[in-house]
Amino acid sequence: MKQPRTPARLIALSAGFAFLYAPIALVVLYSFNASRLVTVWGGWSTHWYVALFANKQLMASAVTSLEVALASGAIATVLGALAGLALERFGRFRSRGLFAAMIYAPLVLPEVIMGLALLLFFVALGLERGFATLIIAHSTLSLGFVSIIVRARLAGLDQSLEEAARDLGAGPLTAFIKVTLPLIAPVVATGFLLAVTLSLDDLILASFNSGPGSTTLPMRIYSEVRLGVTPQINAMSTLLIAFVGVSLLLAALAGGRGQNQAAPQAADLKQQ
Amino acid sequence: MSKAAPARGKFGRRLVLALPYAWLVLFFLAPFALVLKVSLSQSALGQPPYEPVFDSLDPADIWAKLSALSLSAYAGLIDDSLYLQSYLDSLAIAAAATFLTLLIAYPLALAIARSPARWRPLLLMAAIAPFWTSSLIRVYAWIMILKDEGLINHALIALGLIKEPLHIFATNWAVLIGIVYSYLPFMMLPLYAAIENQDKALIEAAADLGASASGVFWRITFPLSLPGVIAGALMVFIPAVGEFVIPDLLGGSDTLMIGTTLWNDFFANRDWPAAAAAAVALLALLVVPLVFYERLQMRAGGDRP
Repeated sequence: MKQPRTPARLIALSAGFAFLYAPIALVVLYSFNASRLVTVWGGWSTHWYVALFANKQLMASAVTSLEVALASGAIATVLGALAGLALERFGRFRSRGLFAAMIYAPLVLPEVIMGLALLLFFVALGLERGFATLIIAHSTLSLGFVSIIVRARLAGLDQSLEEAARDLGAGPLTAFIKVTLPLIAPVVATGFLLAVTLSLDDLILASFNSGPGSTTLPMRIYSEVRLGVTPQINAMSTLLIAFVGVSLLLAALAGGRGQNQAAPQAADLKQQ
Repeated sequence: MSKAAPARGKFGRRLVLALPYAWLVLFFLAPFALVLKVSLSQSALGQPPYEPVFDSLDPADIWAKLSALSLSAYAGLIDDSLYLQSYLDSLAIAAAATFLTLLIAYPLALAIARSPARWRPLLLMAAIAPFWTSSLIRVYAWIMILKDEGLINHALIALGLIKEPLHIFATNWAVLIGIVYSYLPFMMLPLYAAIENQDKALIEAAADLGASASGVFWRITFPLSLPGVIAGALMVFIPAVGEFVIPDLLGGSDTLMIGTTLWNDFFANRDWPAAAAAAVALLALLVVPLVFYERLQMRAGGDRP
């Protein structure tokens, strides 16, 4: 089909992408600025990166964040995949509405509500706030995202493959492991990546639910940003952006040349 | 097939469901019940800083506690004009931001959906990729851009367009920009899906029948994309009402949003019942859009509501 109104389309695309990427590009650019001031370009320099790696507090919180992200990512992926499976394959069951509501709500619910609720819960249980509470909070936040991605992928799968396996004598567990799991593996991996990203990104749940020894990177960045723009944060941000960029690239490559593998949410929404 | 297999299958199914179900009841539902409880207690000095209610199952005790239930935290919400103002401002800012996000996301989604098919996945991925980077960093980038001595003012003054810096940073305008930027992907995705799924033949037919480009858009493309518009609007509006980071970092002292008010009650004033009451009230404010959103998700998942 002829593509109508091509100039308008190109204008919309370039304006849209400029808006999306300019702020990120600026952060990266200014992380190499020798000058401390945003308005002065003092030439190229990497000394903010040197300062960053010498910043023990920041490095320690980066390690904390990574540990929490990997642990909560793993929990959220397992629970989310199971939840997606239950929602898509089990038909109707009692209190399915409540189950689905609990899965979908955390996706849009303001995080201050969830953060406060979980904190009050941990206090009532007498749990010391720290790593464990942080991991629980982030797992609860992320599992809904994982389950939606997995569910959409399952919905797009041909169920007759599983049925064929069952007809040929495979038990439900075998059929799942040998047939279903390999088919949904790429989205499960993407779900894990998303869960890790959400955890690394979260400031609010972490602020409510972490203890003295478990300050996360976003908490540290937040307290520094409140004091003003510092080039070290630019350098930190650049590293995080590079990390996300490489992860996305790897995910795209791992997903092979399949359609929309690197943009699973989009594929999901399309399928629905 | 032996009889044991279905039985085992049933057990397996129960387990698959029970794990996430139990987790969510324990760490999602129960905490919310607790927020309600704390919001009904009185603030106290101590740790935790509220008078407990319903801690014993003794009926006499429960009765005594019931009569001691306190609505003082809620009365505080109503009495304090700061709260009322921050509710109204949150709603207004979130609504304005949702509309602005729609205005910016729609042309982009449309342009991607109308691009050649082989480019679409790549363009879409590029549009979502910023969402994967830290939201804190994306908000921080806007501080750099909008500040009085920031990039926009520097550029405009250098170009001679303005003499005095524009005060955008620390105003509600900066908050609006921050929300639009942060939530753009949430609006983009449902919009794109709704536009991309449309039958192109409808557009061709309308054009053949003499409709102008804008006629085609307003009478076909836009009405057919309304489900996407609604889904996107809910996914921006609901979290934006309770947003904390953006108003806190980009807003000024006169920016009142309920997320920041709740945060300050909790962390600065240590008034837990007040924070809990604010959370319950925020939730009440969001019940209607949340129910809409849940129904939309269920329907998208192929369930009949």
